[in-house]
Amino acid sequence: MLNQRKYTAAIILLFLAVIITALFNISLGSVNIPIQEVTASLFGLKVEKDTWRYIILNYRLPKAITAIITGSGLAVSGLLMQTLFRNPLAGPYVLGLSSGASLGVALVFMGASVFGASFAAIMLSEWSLVIASSLGSLLVLFAVILASIRLRDTMAILIIGLMFASLTAAIVSVLAYFSPASQLQQYVFWSYGSLGDLSWDEVLILGLFWILGILITIGSIKHLNSLLLGEKYARSLGTNIKRNRFMIIIATSLLAGSITAFAGPIAFVGLAVPHLIRQVIPSANHITLVPAVIFGGAILMLICDIIAQMPGSEFSLPINAITSLIGAPVVIWLLVRKRKFNF
Amino acid sequence: MSAKSSNIVLKTENLSIGYRKKKQEQIVTSGIDITINPGELVAVIGVNGAGKSTLLKTLSGIIQIIDGEVFISNNKLSKTEPDKLAKHISLVLTEQMLSKNLSVMELVALGRQPYTNWIGRLTKKDLKKIMHAIKLVNIEEIRNQKCHELSDGQFQKVLIARALAQDTSLIILDEPTTHLDLYHKAYVLKLLQKLSKETGKAIIFASHEINLALQLCDKLVILKDKKALFGTPAELIGTGALSDLFPKNLIQFDKNSSSFKIK
Repeated sequence: MLNQRKYTAAIILLFLAVIITALFNISLGSVNIPIQEVTASLFGLKVEKDTWRYIILNYRLPKAITAIITGSGLAVSGLLMQTLFRNPLAGPYVLGLSSGASLGVALVFMGASVFGASFAAIMLSEWSLVIASSLGSLLVLFAVILASIRLRDTMAILIIGLMFASLTAAIVSVLAYFSPASQLQQYVFWSYGSLGDLSWDEVLILGLFWILGILITIGSIKHLNSLLLGEKYARSLGTNIKRNRFMIIIATSLLAGSITAFAGPIAFVGLAVPHLIRQVIPSANHITLVPAVIFGGAILMLICDIIAQMPGSEFSLPINAITSLIGAPVVIWLLVRKRKFNF
Repeated sequence: MSAKSSNIVLKTENLSIGYRKKKQEQIVTSGIDITINPGELVAVIGVNGAGKSTLLKTLSGIIQIIDGEVFISNNKLSKTEPDKLAKHISLVLTEQMLSKNLSVMELVALGRQPYTNWIGRLTKKDLKKIMHAIKLVNIEEIRNQKCHELSDGQFQKVLIARALAQDTSLIILDEPTTHLDLYHKAYVLKLLQKLSKETGKAIIFASHEINLALQLCDKLVILKDKKALFGTPAELIGTGALSDLFPKNLIQFDKNSSSFKIK
C-alpha cells in the first residue's frame, strides 16, 4: 500500500498532462493560436480574432476530443486484451475488429468493381463508411462472442480472433486485386486513419460508445485483478470467468469498434500504451493501470496528432504512421533503459 | 446431526473422479470416502498419474464430479456457486501466473476478493486479515517487494499467505513443495502443519514427499490402482498400504523408520 500513494500522484500528473497536451494540440496547427486565446475561447470569453474561435470550436476542439477518445479507448482495449489473453502481444485488434471494419470499408470503396455500380450507389452516403465499418466489426464480434460462449478455453478465442482477421484481410486483398487504382487509393487513405474528419454529432456518438466501454471496464477492475493470477485462481476467488470474459470482450468491442468506425484502424496505440505505462508505473493492479492507461493513451494520441499536423505548415501526415513512428522508439528506449520488462 | 459431524470441513461420499469428454467418462479413481476435520493436515500421495491433481481439482470445483458427492462445511459442492465457494475453499496451485508484477501485499490482498465491494476496495478489516496472514507465514520483511524478485521458496510462502487471507475453513494445495530444495520442502510442510494447528483450518495437499508427509500429517490419502485409501499414517502403515505403493525392485518401505529406503 506504500506505493499506492505514489501511483495516485502519478495518475494525477498524467491527468494534468492530458489537459496541457490538449491545450497545445488545439493551439498548434496550420494556424498557430496562442494558448491563452485557446483557453479564453474554451471558457466562452472574448477572443482576439473571430476566425480563431471558429477554428477552435468547429475544427480543433472536436479533433482534440476525438484524439483523447481514440487514444484512451484503444489503450484501455489493449490493456483488457493483454490481461484477458495473458499475452503482452495482445492489442485491441486481436479479436479481428479492425479487419472486420476494413472489410466493411473495402466493400464500400471497392465493392463496385466486383458487385457492380448499383451496389456502390447504395453504399455511398454520408454515413456509409461508419456504418460499413461498424457492420464489419459487428460481424467479426458476433462470431467471436459465439465462440466465447461455446468455448471454455480463452486461448482458443484468441486464435479464432486471429483467424477472422486473416480471413477478412484475405477478402480485402481479393477486392483490392480487382479494383481500379482510384478506388484502391481511397481505401488506402482510410486505412491511414484520421482524427479530424468528425462533426460534433459524430464526436457525440463516439463519446457515448466510449463512456459505455469505459464504464464496463471500471466495473471489471476487480475481476481483471483476479485474472492476473490465472483463470483457476480467479474462479477460486469467486470470479465468474465466462461472464467477465464476455463483459471484457463487449467493452473492447464498443471501444475499438466505434473508434475504428469513426477514425480508421489506428495501430500501435492499443498495444504500446499499456507497456509504456507499466514501465513508468510498475504495477499490475488494474485500479492503478486503468486510469493511467486512459490518460496515457490520450496523451500519446494528442502528441501524435500535433506532430501529424506539422504545426505552421499546410501539410499533414497520416496519423497511423505517426503513432508507430513516435511510439515504437519510446517503448524500445524505456525497455532498454530499465533493462527489465514489467508485465 | 451431532455437534462433531456438523464441524466437518470436507467430506466425500463414494466419490468418483476423472474426466468427462462429450458423453464418455474416464474414471481415474472411484469409491473415495474421506473426512477432514478442522485443524487437520492431510496429504494426498500416489505415483505419477494416480490422480492426485484430479482429486484436488475435483474437491476445489475446478473439474466436475463424475459420481458421488463432496460436502464442504456441509454444503454440497456441486450446488455451491463460485462466489460462495470462494469463502469456503482457497487454493494454492502450481500454475504460472500472468503477472508477478504485484507486490507481496497486493498479491496477498487479492485473497480478500470474495469479501470486497464491486471495485475491490479493502476495508480496515481486510487490511487486518492481510497483515495477520503475512505475520502467520512470517513474510513481513518482504511484504513490499515485488513477487518477481522472490525466490521460489519465498513465493510459495506468499501464495500460502494469500490463501490464509481468503479466510476459508479449507485450504487446498497442489504440490506446494515442487521446485523447492529439501530444506524448503520441509519448511513449507512444517509451516502447513503449524498453520493447521494454530488457525484450526483444514489443509489438504498433494505431494511426492512421502517421508515428510508421514512425519507431519494427521491423515493420508493414498491413491493407487484406481482406489483411494484413507487413514492416519499409523493405520496405513499397519495395513501395508505404503509397502505396496511402489514396485519393490528399487525402493522399499521400512516400517521401523516409517520411511522409504533404497534397496
